Amino acid sequence: MPSLTDVMTADADLTRAPGIRTIAALGAAPENAFAEWLCRMGDNCLILGHRISEWCGHAPVLEEDIALANTALDLIGQTRLWLDLAGEVEGKGRSADTLAYLRDAAQFRNVLLVERPNGDFGHTLMRQFLFDAWHIEMLRALQSSADPRVAGIAAKAAKEVAYHLERSADLVIRLGDGTEESRARMQTALDRLWPYTGELFMGDAVDQAMAEAGIAPDPASLRAAWDSTVAEVMATATLVRPGGTFQHRGGKQGRHTEALGYILADMQFLQRAYPGAVW
Amino acid sequence: MLPDVGTVRDWLSQVPDPEIPVISLTDLGIIRDVEWQGDTLVVTVTPTYSGCPATSVINLDIEAALRARGIGKLRLERRLSPPWTTDWITPEGREKLRAYGIAPPVDGTAADGRLAGRVARLAGTSNPVIPCPRCGSTRTEKVSQFGSTPCKASYRCADCLEPFDYFKCI
Repeated sequence: MPSLTDVMTADADLTRAPGIRTIAALGAAPENAFAEWLCRMGDNCLILGHRISEWCGHAPVLEEDIALANTALDLIGQTRLWLDLAGEVEGKGRSADTLAYLRDAAQFRNVLLVERPNGDFGHTLMRQFLFDAWHIEMLRALQSSADPRVAGIAAKAAKEVAYHLERSADLVIRLGDGTEESRARMQTALDRLWPYTGELFMGDAVDQAMAEAGIAPDPASLRAAWDSTVAEVMATATLVRPGGTFQHRGGKQGRHTEALGYILADMQFLQRAYPGAVW
Repeated sequence: MLPDVGTVRDWLSQVPDPEIPVISLTDLGIIRDVEWQGDTLVVTVTPTYSGCPATSVINLDIEAALRARGIGKLRLERRLSPPWTTDWITPEGREKLRAYGIAPPVDGTAADGRLAGRVARLAGTSNPVIPCPRCGSTRTEKVSQFGSTPCKASYRCADCLEPFDYFKCI
């Protein structure tokens, strides 16, 4: 387990890299905070949407294949809403497409949870559930955002995410409280993903600026509702909440695992190889 | 002379949804406003599901239909709030869906993301009854929450044994 000092050292190295805005830089220049925060919302949807679209044509049964592809489609649709607004707020003429296809890994602001590789079907659904349970609370809170554009997107997305959560919760319960094999896989998935859930609730200078402006909630304030949803579903699914306290962090500030690079290599290939290609 | 907005709405009521062509854009409840701003016609449209690939086709179809009626100056606007709900599908639209083989949405049953009591709902005691659009039987079961397009879920009838689509409630 890396110590806090190791993590801080890594931060300091990144701060010196040109063109990469880090948590420290953001602390000094919170005027970018709104666009930065919008990228976080959009990038979570984009990367998770891309991840689950990898199942298209590979899911265990046709209905599940279609369900994952549809969930991916909802998330990509939400990505467009968030990233278009991020581009507008940033004011440099970047569109959702530019932001999605022409930024490199260190400029992505998604949490590490959503870039975790799919693993088996149970692992994919566990990741989906853990994210959905956070996503719905975030969108619910954002519906009273001081920025009407944010509130509008949140109200739209919340309906779709409520639907996602019902499905992912149902399947986590069905597979957890299923056969010996499926239960073991779901418990393994929960144990492996758990250290990636804490980042959802860790605030930084950007979150603080958003909370002070009344645009978004303090991430920590979503924890109690998430805990209660997770506790209810895990109890019904006969799964045991892991006891470990170590939590990974860094995705929101652009420090990603190597997994993100592979996603971007797939997703951005066309625009990198044929700049400006359209159809 | 510029046509009045009622006439324009009539025209739009003849533009079919690209995915489910038996219902029109006005049946779907996505035309939120039609108004003249000077000599420019402004049509405000709300999206259905945010990732629905039909959204851009819908805009194209609206433009083509209105141009064909001689509208020269036209602007399409997107309105996100309040978000579209299946409750806005008109009674005529619901009948057309049923006749086409798609069970229309049951109002007020959209997921709210609150899982408390989910266990009881999973046991089936309070799930909404979705009558089969073919034989009318209420002995139907959900096969999947999702279906062939973003707006549909998959069901099966236990009496006539036919699979059918149910319009996903949001």
